[in-house]
Amino acid sequence: MASGTAENTMNGLGPSAAAVMRHYQQQLRTRRIYTVLAIVVFLVALWASLDFANSANSGKFFERLPYVFDFIRNFVPDSPMEIVRAMFDLPSPYADGSLRYDYTSERVYITDGFYIPHFIYQLIITVNIALIATIIGFVLAFLLCFFASTNLVGAGATRWVVRRIMEIMRAFPEIVVAGLLTAILSIGPIAAIVAITIHTIGALGKLFFEVVENVDMRPDEGLRATGARWVERVRYAIVPQVLPNFVSYTLLRAEINVRASTIIGAVGGGGIGEVFRLAIGRDHAAKTYAIVILLLVTIIAVDQFSSWLRRRLIGQQFLDAARGAV
Amino acid sequence: MSPTMIHAAERDRLLASYPDVFRRSFWQRWGLALCAGVTVLYLAVCFVAFNVGPAFMQGRWDRAAIYVQDWYSWRAQPRLRFVDDAVVPQWSSRRQYPEGADIDWLRPMANGGYSVIYDGEGNRLDVHPDRVDIFVDGASYPVDITAEGVEPPEGAPAGVVFDGTKVMVDYGFEGSAEIRGSQVYVQRRFLGWANFFFDIRSPFWGKSFGEIANLALLAERVDPDRSNVRHMVDDFLGNSAWQHADILSKLLQTLVMAFVGTLLGTLFALPLAFIAARNITLNRAANWGMKRLFDFLRSIDMLIWALFFTRGFGPGPIPGIAAIFFTDTGALGKVYAEALENVDEKQREGVKSVGASSVTVNRFGVLPQVLPVFVSQSLYFWESNTRSATIIGAVGAGGIGLKLLEAMGTNADWDKVAYMVVLILIVVFVFDGISNALRSRLIGKPMH
Repeated sequence: MASGTAENTMNGLGPSAAAVMRHYQQQLRTRRIYTVLAIVVFLVALWASLDFANSANSGKFFERLPYVFDFIRNFVPDSPMEIVRAMFDLPSPYADGSLRYDYTSERVYITDGFYIPHFIYQLIITVNIALIATIIGFVLAFLLCFFASTNLVGAGATRWVVRRIMEIMRAFPEIVVAGLLTAILSIGPIAAIVAITIHTIGALGKLFFEVVENVDMRPDEGLRATGARWVERVRYAIVPQVLPNFVSYTLLRAEINVRASTIIGAVGGGGIGEVFRLAIGRDHAAKTYAIVILLLVTIIAVDQFSSWLRRRLIGQQFLDAARGAV
Repeated sequence: MSPTMIHAAERDRLLASYPDVFRRSFWQRWGLALCAGVTVLYLAVCFVAFNVGPAFMQGRWDRAAIYVQDWYSWRAQPRLRFVDDAVVPQWSSRRQYPEGADIDWLRPMANGGYSVIYDGEGNRLDVHPDRVDIFVDGASYPVDITAEGVEPPEGAPAGVVFDGTKVMVDYGFEGSAEIRGSQVYVQRRFLGWANFFFDIRSPFWGKSFGEIANLALLAERVDPDRSNVRHMVDDFLGNSAWQHADILSKLLQTLVMAFVGTLLGTLFALPLAFIAARNITLNRAANWGMKRLFDFLRSIDMLIWALFFTRGFGPGPIPGIAAIFFTDTGALGKVYAEALENVDEKQREGVKSVGASSVTVNRFGVLPQVLPVFVSQSLYFWESNTRSATIIGAVGAGGIGLKLLEAMGTNADWDKVAYMVVLILIVVFVFDGISNALRSRLIGKPMH
């Protein structure tokens, strides 16, 4: 492209500088060719994938696009207040005996006069599933991670086995665990808890042992010099260093698990996910929007709370509690 | 160990010089125990609230054993019916043997009966037209078949149970049998996956590996219209029991969902992140608006997007792509914007000082700094989306997730579930490897 400019620059340069310039431009050309090739390969892959996706879909993209907009346009509740009524299980003025306007029948009564609205009750279940899975997953990942780190376990076989177990737990499809347990224990939250716990152990375990491998080994050396056993070394030299990081990762995981438990819920784990799938599948607009708003608020609240807690815990008070472990 | 004696003065000196060790605050002393106590209490409350105990007691654990065994073994389930002084084997539609096959554990006997061999000659079932001989560890227990039903054997071992109408024989892993007045319901279990390569309609069924290799490389064409290798591939993909073609294409759909979703998310998040970054776009309203857009896209669960688009586009990879695209645009946009706000300003200033336009400043002053981080983040998302695409599929977007859900729903296809799980694990590991390799080349340091 730039043979003219190249000659011009070279004319003004000495022979060695011209050679450098020539080399530089040659490199530039090679790089450009590679860049263009990479972009072309990417575009071809993207095009082929899109084409495959379009042909595999039950409706074609451009045929269905008008329906999507129709769906959005028609999928509105009778009045904005309907969303509030659906959310808090208040009777609807449009009630005609059909399921669409039946908000009140699934109230969960605590006492005669006080009830928890159905959706909020399901939401509580979903959040608790995530919490329990995070706690159990944290405990088990905590116990496992020390056996996977190079600086604490000399035996390569132990490390290899523990790491492979973690990898399989991380990659194992959650729906299969949930589906198998649902077949055995019948539908309920336990299947979802176990499925998410298994994934949490794998995911946290990997992060944890990477933290453990990066600790300062001097406290460990000090303890070893006093003749401390392995458990004591881990307890007093490693744990106090890694606990703040562990808790921070666990809180991040808790955020992810709240999302995971809604999704698992939709495929048979119960909770808000299943209610949402039914609501949108039956075209109950008011209920759907009520759940979307509830989920949105919950997820934002959980995210904010966890990042606040992380900031706070990594701050003074948590370091105190962690030092209490010493 | 002898206790070390300390003088009062020494003691005071130690107390004074290390106050942190001897006078610890309430949190230091009790924080950890308090947290642990609250956690245990919470778990106990949930244990009761979720009825964990009763659920486990009522669990169908006998079925659980069968389901788990189905992952790595298969069952042949013929019914041996008593018809007019003869025994007629009857197979279900899921039969694993073709008509008239020579089965080495189900041998016809001279008097019209069949001998079912479980574990050697000592553990077998001789089904005669009027009688069934149960052999357990070499000892024989005859069961008479009459018009009224079955006569239970006398002195039978623990594995043989009579419940009033039928005699049940349990041979452990090898299988079991139910002897009734009209038929014997046989279950025979074998390790491995039955007919994984070729189903019973294929001419290659039941051939050993050597024979298959011989057919593929040397022998005459089985079907004159196509080569044997082609024929084998067709028969393998068209295997009616395992549905390889269908499963592989569903797997590809899931991979395409993750790939296209992440790629489109990256392509859209990139320019939007430049608008959201406070140091690059000097317009507070635009920054704020773009960041709230990211928050909105991110906070709406992938499940919601997936179900929403499934309603719109119909089941298939398109709603999956759209769901991943929407959430990832939000999540990647946020991460990218944060990376952009942390760039080194000096390089931008340098490019700006020679009078470059704002596009050029960003191209040469910003992009080279952040591109490795961007690509590495996108690779992380690609990896995790490969996993989430499975679940999104199960919700209705199609792909291997839906196939898994269907297979689990029948409660009889656990071997197929195992096959799909193995495929998913392989794919996830391979992609982890690829993305780790790419990332470590980009960032320049190995991840492990």
